[in-house]
Amino acid sequence: MEHVTQHAADQHYDPEANKLGMWLFIFTELLLFGGLFIVYSIYRFLNPESFKMAGHELNLTIGAINTLILLVSSMTIAMSTSALQKKNKGLTVLLLEITIMLAMIFLINKYFEWGVKFDHGIWPGSEHMLNDLSHGEILFFGLYFVMTGLHALHIVVGMIIIIVALNRVQKGTVDENRPTLLENAGLYWHLVDLIWIFLFPLFYLIH
Amino acid sequence: MQTDTHIPHDVNYLDYKGKNKGIFAWIFSTDHKRIALLYMYSMLTMFVVGVALGLAMKLELIAPGKTIMDPQTYNAIFTVHGVIMIFMIVIPGLPAVFGNFMLPIMIGAKDVAFPRINLLSWYFYVAGALLVIASVLFGNGTPDTGWTFYAPYSFKTGTNLLPAIFGAFILGFSSILTGLNFIVTIHRMRCPGMTWFKMPLFPWSLYGTAWIQLLATPVIGITLVLVALERIFGIGVFDPALGGDPILYQHLFWIYSHPAVYVMILPAMGAISEIIPTFSQKHIFGYRAIIVSTLAIAFVGYFVWGHHMFTSGMSGTAQYTFSILTFIVAIPSAIKVFNWISTMHKGSINPEAPFLWAVTFIFIFMIGGFSGLVLGALATNVHVHDTAFVVAHFHFIVFGGVGFAFFGAIHYWFPKMFGRMYDKVWAKVGWAFFTVGFLTLYSPMFYLGMIGMPRRYYDYLPEYHAANILSSLGSWVMTFGLLIIVINLFRSAKNGPIAEINPWHGKTLEWTVPSPPPVENFDEIPVYGEKDGPYEY
Repeated sequence: MEHVTQHAADQHYDPEANKLGMWLFIFTELLLFGGLFIVYSIYRFLNPESFKMAGHELNLTIGAINTLILLVSSMTIAMSTSALQKKNKGLTVLLLEITIMLAMIFLINKYFEWGVKFDHGIWPGSEHMLNDLSHGEILFFGLYFVMTGLHALHIVVGMIIIIVALNRVQKGTVDENRPTLLENAGLYWHLVDLIWIFLFPLFYLIH
Repeated sequence: MQTDTHIPHDVNYLDYKGKNKGIFAWIFSTDHKRIALLYMYSMLTMFVVGVALGLAMKLELIAPGKTIMDPQTYNAIFTVHGVIMIFMIVIPGLPAVFGNFMLPIMIGAKDVAFPRINLLSWYFYVAGALLVIASVLFGNGTPDTGWTFYAPYSFKTGTNLLPAIFGAFILGFSSILTGLNFIVTIHRMRCPGMTWFKMPLFPWSLYGTAWIQLLATPVIGITLVLVALERIFGIGVFDPALGGDPILYQHLFWIYSHPAVYVMILPAMGAISEIIPTFSQKHIFGYRAIIVSTLAIAFVGYFVWGHHMFTSGMSGTAQYTFSILTFIVAIPSAIKVFNWISTMHKGSINPEAPFLWAVTFIFIFMIGGFSGLVLGALATNVHVHDTAFVVAHFHFIVFGGVGFAFFGAIHYWFPKMFGRMYDKVWAKVGWAFFTVGFLTLYSPMFYLGMIGMPRRYYDYLPEYHAANILSSLGSWVMTFGLLIIVINLFRSAKNGPIAEINPWHGKTLEWTVPSPPPVENFDEIPVYGEKDGPYEY
């Protein structure tokens, strides 16, 4: 048995391991939402007409704007990784700040969107829903609130991760030689974006 | 804890003095070995509670009618017994204790890939356990749904179910993080020269397990969230009054909970695959076949969940598909049994306590497995569904399988973990009482189920009386054996004779490091040469 110095366990920093860990975590997130997508498809299959009617209630414009916002934010966080590789710390920070701002705007839009629903008396267990809406519509809005709500929660978690990454970039502990934290924040953010890319057509577009 | 100061190789992990003192040296430690012991002691605590509840149930069933408790208490007790034993003992059992302790050493690494996440997963474990305990102590009564939380009762019952559901959810997080950690550790940190097919079988079984933990647990996570939201807001997805389908809950639940059975049994099989060759002093028979069967079980295990629901209402096509798949999953298990037996053939067998546990594991696992086929076949399933037969079957697999493997593993690795040897005679006495008690406790339930005694009832007809008395007697014998085992191990951990580095003459890497292992396991990372392998006797 000879002495080996260069080995994964000896190095305190193993970017490959960190990235693999992040990918595995993303798998679990996909399966978490996967369960919800299964529930959605089954109830859509069982109640096609009411799902179609309930879908018309959603505001396509706000949904489309939010999709655009998330796509742009995915772009800015990807650009921030490139900026870090080019050792442009100022630009990295700026792009991350823009990403966080876009995430905020997304949440604000979501707040107004949900607010309008509440004004119309649509929330799980509301009298309007129980008395006037069909089973399919109740399920549609139940799933709408659960899935977009869980997604909004992921937006918040993603924002926290990006803020941590931003902080580390400013302190210099994340730089072009140790970029994994920022890259992982980017991976996570793309996941959050990707889930929305599925949620948007499922709730807003299929008619 | 990554520090720049050099940690001397001759300090073992038990004596090591870091910057934290007393109990904080343990609960803030990121050393995989200390985390393993943290898991073991917290599991032991919960296990004592679980066993006490089990004994109470057997005492209630010793005579027909009300013996010591009313029906509602009985419902609460089997629920909490199930939640504790499943989510806190058998699912994390071998991976969290022996996986954490042995995996890095067996693959020649200094720790797992993410030591701090490893500690975090223990915090999640404790938080989940506390939440479940809170559901017992506070609120309007202890949960009474059974550990399966079946809808719609789980959101109709007035009992204090939310903390239990969130507890199970958080325990799932703990499980996911452990699995994630193990996969990355195995991918990235095997010592130089240890190729995939030179890795010992216990790490291999943890690898298969980790993938199930990672890919199945999120599904129950979201299912439990949906039940909680159903309870709080009434979203309707599982509520027939609002158009939801309670059977969908059962599907989602078993999509996780059947693979979870393999989370329990795969590491148990892995531990057995370590013990058998060591005590036969022989190369494991069919090394690759065992690996392939491990991965096959992990894979096919995803597609058999429907066999829990044969009487819940599903199409004939679905029924026989799930039935056939269930039979298919028996094949890789049988391959393993064949390999273990063949390993023993013409070996020089050393019948120490770990070996006795391993052999009994095979015997009991086979009874559990064959009774599983009775349940997997559609015609017989309808007859014994939801009877004591099912209870006997899954206790043979879950307690007989995982429990015997766990006790085998603790007797196998104990001298390495604590640097001391236990009393070998008392170890065998404990094993004998436990085994006799176990068989007396659970075998009569097969018979009771066949003649029609339903599960989860606190009362029964007079004709079931004799077998129930036998079963209750067995529970006392088994608990007596358990006491002998635990007392023997506790005493020996403190005062036992100092153990050799390699008391069983094993060939895997953990037997090359001092006992107890030093803080960073290896002074120099070992290197596997061309001819090296885990079982080269």
